[in-house]
Amino acid sequence: MKRTENQMTLERRSFLKVSLLAGGGVMFGLATEQAAEAQGRGGAPQAPPSPKDFIRVAADGTVTIIAKNPEVGQGIKTMLPMLIAEELDVDWKHVKIEQADFNSAKYSGQSAGGSTGTPTNWDPMRQVGAAARAMFVTAAAQTWGVAEKDCTTASGRVMCNGKSLGYGELAAKVASLPAPAFADLKMKDPANYKIIGKTQKGVDVADILTGKPVFTIDVKLPGMQYAVFQRCPVLGGKVGSANLDEIKKMPGIKNAFVVDRPDLTAVSGRPGDLVSGVVILGETWWHAQKARQALKVTWNEGPNATGSSTAFAQKALELSKQAPMSTSRKDGDYDTAIKGAAKVVEAAYDYPFISHAPLEPQTATASFKDGKIEIWSDSQQPAGGKSGVAQTLGLQPDDITLHMTRGGGGFGRRLTNDYMVEAAWIAKQVPGIPVKLLWSREDDMQHDYYRPAGFQYLKAGVDASGKIVAWRNHFVGYAEGATPVTGTIGATEFPQKFVPNYELHVSTIPLGLRTGALRAPGSNAIAFVIHSFLDELAHAAGKDPVQFRLDLLASEQPAAPAPAGGRGGGGFGGGFNADRAKGVLQMVAEKSGWGKTTLPKGTGMGVAFHFSHQGYFAEVVQAKVDAAKKVTVQKVWVAADVGSQIINPGAAENICQGGIIDGLSEAMSQKITIEKGRVEQTNFHQHGMMRMSQAPPVIEIHFLTSNNRPTGLGEPSLPPIVPALANAIFAATGERLRSMPFADHGYSWA
Amino acid sequence: MAFKITVNGHVNTVDAPADMPLLWVLRDMLDLRGTKYGCGIAQCGACTVHLGGQPVRSCQTTLSMVKEQPITTVEGLSADGSHPVQKAWEELDVPQCGYCQAGQMMSAAALLAKTPSPTDKNIDDAMSGNLCRCGTYIRIRAAIHKAAEMAKATPAKAQK
Repeated sequence: MKRTENQMTLERRSFLKVSLLAGGGVMFGLATEQAAEAQGRGGAPQAPPSPKDFIRVAADGTVTIIAKNPEVGQGIKTMLPMLIAEELDVDWKHVKIEQADFNSAKYSGQSAGGSTGTPTNWDPMRQVGAAARAMFVTAAAQTWGVAEKDCTTASGRVMCNGKSLGYGELAAKVASLPAPAFADLKMKDPANYKIIGKTQKGVDVADILTGKPVFTIDVKLPGMQYAVFQRCPVLGGKVGSANLDEIKKMPGIKNAFVVDRPDLTAVSGRPGDLVSGVVILGETWWHAQKARQALKVTWNEGPNATGSSTAFAQKALELSKQAPMSTSRKDGDYDTAIKGAAKVVEAAYDYPFISHAPLEPQTATASFKDGKIEIWSDSQQPAGGKSGVAQTLGLQPDDITLHMTRGGGGFGRRLTNDYMVEAAWIAKQVPGIPVKLLWSREDDMQHDYYRPAGFQYLKAGVDASGKIVAWRNHFVGYAEGATPVTGTIGATEFPQKFVPNYELHVSTIPLGLRTGALRAPGSNAIAFVIHSFLDELAHAAGKDPVQFRLDLLASEQPAAPAPAGGRGGGGFGGGFNADRAKGVLQMVAEKSGWGKTTLPKGTGMGVAFHFSHQGYFAEVVQAKVDAAKKVTVQKVWVAADVGSQIINPGAAENICQGGIIDGLSEAMSQKITIEKGRVEQTNFHQHGMMRMSQAPPVIEIHFLTSNNRPTGLGEPSLPPIVPALANAIFAATGERLRSMPFADHGYSWA
Repeated sequence: MAFKITVNGHVNTVDAPADMPLLWVLRDMLDLRGTKYGCGIAQCGACTVHLGGQPVRSCQTTLSMVKEQPITTVEGLSADGSHPVQKAWEELDVPQCGYCQAGQMMSAAALLAKTPSPTDKNIDDAMSGNLCRCGTYIRIRAAIHKAAEMAKATPAKAQK
């Protein structure tokens, strides 16, 4: 799974594709030799001609840049065009931004996951802009009969010796020029950036603030009907019978039918993307939703109807006492080292399933006609959605048009395309009638792909000098069939390589529940465990928690060969760099006045750092806890190293602060429990989200720029905040919190 | 059943059940889709509109409860984004996903109409019913203070 830097840069064999637009404009796109060869042979599917590539320059000079990735609030629709506009050398305020449809022939990597949008696009998007700029320079130089090196550009114009031509005036000529090779392009010196590194407001903000219908839930088509889908409360359960005739007679109801596909797993790539249930179509969503109250379904619940959170916890405890099912990592000689340790700490940690709950519930609109389907979806992974629809409906990819609409939050929920497949399936049953499927909040909370729960049984020893000499972790997680679900611990996850005698073992419990990636998957739980336990060890060793971690980071062991299999640490690969971790830890200590501040009784500071999605984040929480265990987070300091360039500083600060608040919500109050195979929580009152009055008044974000490629910010701010809060509560109260959510231990926000 | 309701200054005749929530009348019948559905049980505030000048959760406000009271939705704050909360939200680039922000602005506009110079405590009290899943609370608070300043500079706009 390790992704190297080379794979993230533009394929060397890619080249710029330039075409003339009607009216004398020009458009720029990317093509690969492979695709071009295939087209030449006429053998491969070819995208229909379309002006929607990356850049369009009209004859009047209007510049339109295409945003290719799904926008779910992470700001990519603003950020990717900024990269193009910078190198194209146009004025940002005059650029128009247009959202691309899903089109794998034109655009690569149209996804929103793993904080990969920045690192995978940093080079290619700038190269697209730079190549187009170079062609405007060539066109102007040829027009004037001057050398290209004597030409300069600014604000969408080429200048030379007092002469000047706008890009629009050069567009027709550019369309006739050969495109330059990316390897020959000279990109801007970052010191000359006019757009990158300057805060640019979200491109959809004006529409959002005036209530324009820009979200997926807002899609409306003539003659559209509104769908609700009643699923079995137990995953894998099937409809026995339903009072469809009665439902169909209810006011405002257009149709009602059963969805049941026995061969589901064999056909669809992902089991469970289309579950059995009852669809009701109404003239408004409320009519359909209201009819649900009268719906009577008998379910054949199937084998998952016995799942129970209490039983899972008992099973985990049993497994912890047995020999582990597998061993992910074994360095040195743990057994001997733990016996020789001066102090030994043993602790059991656990964390629950949690729901993504983006504020816009899952929704998609689909229209099926004449064997073709058109879909509007805010999928974070539209490629998977398209193939899921093709497989489930038995369509060819060319029969599917997929529009990428703005999503009201993602957080990983929209990486799974179950609701897109459902909407497509429903639409296929009523050809010619567009259908909008909207999940209720209850549907969403009870049929999520949950952040997997887990249990970690740790034992570690420090020597007389306070150095960790032995570390053992027995992770008990879940498996769907024989495959461990997401969120397992990588064989190279920190502090592996920093402890000489280290063991990581894994056991699993069978699970009849869908799980998936929640913002900073794996890391959002692992950081809590590792950095809470490190805090325990620091106190056992009598060391300051920051110094203890700095000492640990300085104790990197000589490289040992990596074991076969085992996923790399840090989420989505990338090696852990101790110096970068040390850098952010020292920075956050300095900014927070760590160790230099005298706090009143009942107030404490906690620290943690984590490396995930190639970002290094260290965070300090200052929290006050009163006698009734009411917690006030007074301030949070964040130090982050995501490379050499913060592309859009205002948006970067916003999303980091959001990650902190998200993590605090998870820490305090989010938990999904299962009983009789059913999710017990239904809505926000049972799965708490931090409110404004509870949120920290100040979250300081400090970026430590380093000589590394820029990486993403959607995820890595979240993981350290959970242990930083737990450690602050320990500092304030002396109570060590070893399970989430902290509300289970009597804590609440003040 | 036919109801006459006044939304953003326009009188509409709506033929719908008396227990139909205003949220769905606005969204699915009157094409005013700026008001959002988030929870359906008055937990998140995404559906906040003004009813007779008071902020209410439109998911819990049935058609029969509306009566003669005028309704203002986010589309009615201003035609062009010129209401002080819209301007302040825009200037501070508050939204991430943006889904909750119509409801946030409606709560904020109602607060400012009543309390032109709110304290942080006033803001916390008025805004605690509005969830932001992306966690933009720090900017929302700053934007409300900014909108208060802007409203003082152009007092007429705050009266909405």
